[in-house]
Amino acid sequence: MAKNKIKEPRYHIVKRTEISASKAWIIRAAALLSALVVCGIVTMVCTGDNPISIFATIFKGAFGTQRKTWITFQYVAILLIISLALTPAFKMQFWNVGGEGQVLMGGLAAAACMITLDGKLPNAVVIILMILTSILAGAVWGVIPALFKAKWNTNETLSTLMMNYIATQLVAYFTIVWEVPKGSGKIGIINQNSNIGWLPNIGNKYLLSILVAVLVTVSMYIYLKYTKHGYEIAVVGESQNTARYVGISVEKVIIRTMLLSGAICGLAGLLLVGGINHTITTTISDGQGFTGVMVSWLAKFNPIGMIFTSLLIIFMDRGASEISTAFELNQSFADILTGIILFFIIGCEFFIRYQINVKKDSGKENA
Amino acid sequence: MENKDVAVSLRDITKVFGKVVANKDVNLDIKKGEILSLLGENGSGKTTLMNMLAGIYYPDAGKIFINGNEVIIRSPKDAFELGIGMVHQHFKLIDVFNATENIVLGLEGKLNLKEAEVKIKNICDKYGFDINLNKKIYDMSVSEKQTVEIVKVLYRGADILILDEPTAVLTPQETENLFNVMRNMKKDGKSIIIITHKLNEVESISDRVAVLRHGEFIGDMQTSKTNAQEMTDMMVGHAVSLNIDRPEPVDPKMRISVENLTVIDEDGVVKLEDVSFTANTGEILGIAGVSGCGQKELLRAIAGLENVQNGSISYIHADGRREELLGKTPREISELGVKLSFVPEDRLGMGLVGNMNLADNMMLRSYRSGKSRFFTDKKAPRALAERVINKLQVSTPGIDTPVRRLSGGNVQKVLVGREIASRPKVLLTAYAVRGLDINSSYQIYDLINQQKERGAAVIFVGEDLDVLLELCDRILVLCGGKVTGIVDGRNTDKYTVGSLMTQKGEA
Repeated sequence: MAKNKIKEPRYHIVKRTEISASKAWIIRAAALLSALVVCGIVTMVCTGDNPISIFATIFKGAFGTQRKTWITFQYVAILLIISLALTPAFKMQFWNVGGEGQVLMGGLAAAACMITLDGKLPNAVVIILMILTSILAGAVWGVIPALFKAKWNTNETLSTLMMNYIATQLVAYFTIVWEVPKGSGKIGIINQNSNIGWLPNIGNKYLLSILVAVLVTVSMYIYLKYTKHGYEIAVVGESQNTARYVGISVEKVIIRTMLLSGAICGLAGLLLVGGINHTITTTISDGQGFTGVMVSWLAKFNPIGMIFTSLLIIFMDRGASEISTAFELNQSFADILTGIILFFIIGCEFFIRYQINVKKDSGKENA
Repeated sequence: MENKDVAVSLRDITKVFGKVVANKDVNLDIKKGEILSLLGENGSGKTTLMNMLAGIYYPDAGKIFINGNEVIIRSPKDAFELGIGMVHQHFKLIDVFNATENIVLGLEGKLNLKEAEVKIKNICDKYGFDINLNKKIYDMSVSEKQTVEIVKVLYRGADILILDEPTAVLTPQETENLFNVMRNMKKDGKSIIIITHKLNEVESISDRVAVLRHGEFIGDMQTSKTNAQEMTDMMVGHAVSLNIDRPEPVDPKMRISVENLTVIDEDGVVKLEDVSFTANTGEILGIAGVSGCGQKELLRAIAGLENVQNGSISYIHADGRREELLGKTPREISELGVKLSFVPEDRLGMGLVGNMNLADNMMLRSYRSGKSRFFTDKKAPRALAERVINKLQVSTPGIDTPVRRLSGGNVQKVLVGREIASRPKVLLTAYAVRGLDINSSYQIYDLINQQKERGAAVIFVGEDLDVLLELCDRILVLCGGKVTGIVDGRNTDKYTVGSLMTQKGEA
């Protein structure tokens, strides 16, 4: 009687003990491919166009012309710098979701130097002051939640998040103070004629951010992997008990690391204001303080891996907006496509961590 | 399968994790109303096998029969429906709930705590459990939590109970209580499988003993017809000597002097009260006591990790200079030139970093040294990791393997290996052999004895009185944070120490 009840499950989900790097990358590639296929289908249903031209449009959006390619790499550079800034904090298991605010404060400090020092100091001095103050402003914005955490063990997710709102409001306030012309609610291009505080062009106007990004990537890689600070960050992130047991001052490491994290965010703010936009708005960091969290996680906190994950996200983002303009759809359509892509990229981590065992001989035992 | 007396039959059970074969073609029967001991070294597949019976894992091959019928156990829920209940080594209780709430948690149907309480009381009376149903889990001792787990399983109607190393955390008295309850359950016709490393317990409680080695079933026999030596040899696969050496201390000199130490924790609970003792070179000082009587705080205080209210801890150099350790951080202590090593109780949560590889774990103690101020020296820790692997016979795929992948015994060898590598003057160990199999345990005893012979002052916190009595030169007994006695390890017995552990000394 009981024998009839026996029904072997068809599959089991089992946690993988380990997975080879190549296999993991094959899974990620498959996920990307599936994302493109689904994007193609969705676009086809909505626009009636053929998928090949849709994919061509995505590619064209990111790399269609030389100018577009440069802009893509510039976007990658900024996102990469912000992601790298967040990485040491995340590796320490300090959930810094305040990248947004730290970038804004860096940008605000740069803009303040440009506006208030115009005509008072030589350009070179203004730029040096911009660099110093924006890095300092980002660092201060990063270290405030760290001090609270170290002193009173407050939840850093909440405090870093709230610091974002304060930064946004500060920028909004100064936008009104410095608005040009009065009543427009905008600052406009700062020092359009004198170009005081504009970061110098090397080669072309895109290259500076890219070079800074390369420099920060290599330094961060070395910092995390080969230095005593990097080692302390890893130990504190894995186990604060172990850190205390070997005499690492957890509080000191948290404060030091958040100073660094905020400082690099401030640097990104400097590049955005002084190098790229030459103005400041409340949306200048465009959510990259949050996108950077994803870039960092997807690359498992490996700075070299982050080059690829940030490129992937920017490529898809720019491709998606190209589709919406080429096929005369609004920006929401680009958001839908980005959503599909992220769903697949994040979802594939499940298959990297788990495997599904299908029973081949399940029919036999039912007899 | 026709035998009516058999409750559970496992046939040709195989389970593979990646490349590791955890169980291979295991055949095992458990009769009704029987207590079966499952013996095996760490990593021999005992827990994996039982997890398949409890629905945590699913076998890759093989069949399970309950009362003669073939069954499929997909989940713990399936297991409960078949009357199988497992009490895991790590308790799965909700701290802020009381005993009753935890026991009924997850059951379907209307929630009626009054009714449940009556039913639970009946179970407790029947088998002789002593439990306060309204006590919150966070207020409970380890032994009380374990009782809740067992009652939880019985409440769900289990006829087949699996206990995974239930005595590892219990005092001798608590163990005896547990065994009485188990005997009552057996009289009631329940089948019990107990996983344990302690051979004297196997002998006192079980009817039959089954041995696993490297995932394979080696054999089973009536407990009454075997002895500790035979069981050990089966488990290990070759003959093992079951004696712990105790060399005479050579020229003992005072190394650590603790005076009037008082520790009060954040909640105002007195953990240590007016504790004074000395630890000498070339000597092992054992610390005995029931769990939570202050051993942990004592070691942490000496290592510079505890907030101390009062007292002093001095380190006496070979030339007679005294150094006060209280109020100093571990880093400051080591900068004073005090070579102090500490093997903490929580190996992966404190002594090591589970996700880091062997070499990086070796670096925990030494990363501040090296030529560069800024960069770490990776070569020395790698060389040390190689040396520890060779000298202590750590079984690992390599020095780049994360330590959490190693079995318990190997994790402990890595930790002890690192701590003795600095040739310590003081060695603190907390539960150095907890959860370790016989072979690994004896290796650790040997290592500790080697440190004693080279002149280190060893402080050994242990839970197994038999081991403390065989290994230690002197034994300090703690009870409720007070010293109730310091006895000579060679001239005392289990009962003297046991009674000191449970009664407070004159206040």
